[in-house]
Amino acid sequence: MKAIETKMLSKSYGDICAVSELCLEVSEGELFALLGVNGAGKTTTIKMLSGLTEPTSGSFSVFGHSRIEDIKSLINVSPQETAVAPNLTVRENLEFVCGIYGVARADAKKRAEAMLREMSMEEIANRRAKTLSGGWQRRLSIAMALISEPKLLFLDEPTLGLDVIARRELWKLIGTLKGKVTIVLTTHYLEEAEALSDRLAVMNGGHLAAVGTAAELMAKAGCDKFEDAFVKLCGGGDAV
Amino acid sequence: MKMRAFASRNSREILRDRLNVIFGLGFPLIVLLLLTLIQSNVPVELFELNKLTPGVAVFGLSFVSLFSATIISKDRSSSLMLRLYSSPLRPADYILGYTLPLLPISLAQSIICFVVAMLLGLEWSVNILLSIVVLIPAMIVFIAIGLICGTLLNDKQVGGVCGALLTNLTAWLSDIWFDVSLVGDVFEKIANALPFIHAVKAGRYAYSGEYSAIMPELWWVIGYAAVLMLIAVVVFKRKMKV
Repeated sequence: MKAIETKMLSKSYGDICAVSELCLEVSEGELFALLGVNGAGKTTTIKMLSGLTEPTSGSFSVFGHSRIEDIKSLINVSPQETAVAPNLTVRENLEFVCGIYGVARADAKKRAEAMLREMSMEEIANRRAKTLSGGWQRRLSIAMALISEPKLLFLDEPTLGLDVIARRELWKLIGTLKGKVTIVLTTHYLEEAEALSDRLAVMNGGHLAAVGTAAELMAKAGCDKFEDAFVKLCGGGDAV
Repeated sequence: MKMRAFASRNSREILRDRLNVIFGLGFPLIVLLLLTLIQSNVPVELFELNKLTPGVAVFGLSFVSLFSATIISKDRSSSLMLRLYSSPLRPADYILGYTLPLLPISLAQSIICFVVAMLLGLEWSVNILLSIVVLIPAMIVFIAIGLICGTLLNDKQVGGVCGALLTNLTAWLSDIWFDVSLVGDVFEKIANALPFIHAVKAGRYAYSGEYSAIMPELWWVIGYAAVLMLIAVVVFKRKMKV
């Protein structure tokens, strides 16, 4: 089943075209990476697909639904910056998200306990979110995106601003989610994206430059290294 | 249920912020104590507890605007709002979720103000309860101002507008510290055109048992509460469309 289907999806802000006539399909269970340099249109695409901003033209569906009210109960988003309630504890943050997704209180408590275990956050369960390190806050932010048990998860730059150890741990975590939930991921870390993703799309100036597996993209660009292929597909001059 | 979860989070966020509690409760009480001390040394009719307490209660409510504006502007400036906007919460859930936790906080604030006033010598009367009830429209006025400011301003601007400007406006234009008719002219007209002085007068009439005088004052406050809340809803819904 198609998790996402976009048809000529476009978004403009005044004269600036952020996303132009995007046609894309993502299958259920896929880990799909949206790549591109800053301003390529990745975040705008995620914002449209998650109902945060209305498309200027075109259409899209998520698991066959096109009404944003229906889509919102199927998805969850981990935004580019950490999105936690600072004065709530880790456990309360998890239960809070369950609440706003309509999960009954008893079930929310069970889910929170399970999530704390799964994410190895039991020791910090009663600490307020604002007292956590950046890495733990990001981990919590992703846990908050997962706890509503979405069918489709958007991870927008999940490792942005993290140190190398926290980043590796988070990539490992994302790897464990593969196959359990459909994931659309944006990142600037090409190595990880190449290693983890089933398919990747390269966006450039709001346009879809290429889409396929890492091998397909390298073949298309005529490069042996994925990074070189990415640079070439972004129109960034000769690959090294 | 979704709204309740959101409201519960908001009340915890507000009450766990120590500055909120210190300013919201502590500052009006300090003012009450100081003016009562002044009154005991230099008797001024305006600073008698039966007149002063409803005024300080209204002044204290101006901090509720700061609470609501701060939490909304902080949510907006962080990515938490993006998470909330992509959730199944509806516009009504946001408005009620931000508004409802502030009503019990406002009520508690007014009750504490009257309790402290009683400890300082305010005579107990059932009219104290009526006076608190009469302040409810004023609570809504301040909550709505907070919603509007929090939706339109960033957290630094909120500090200036709600923390400094609004508290001063409330203090100066409400007949709490001085009789605005003594200043007269434009100042008095402005004061009478705003809801603060009417809220204070309604509270005073309620306490003194002048029941027939309450509603003419209270209609002003109710009108402002309705209009400001409507503006808050419209502004918030507009801002939701990123």
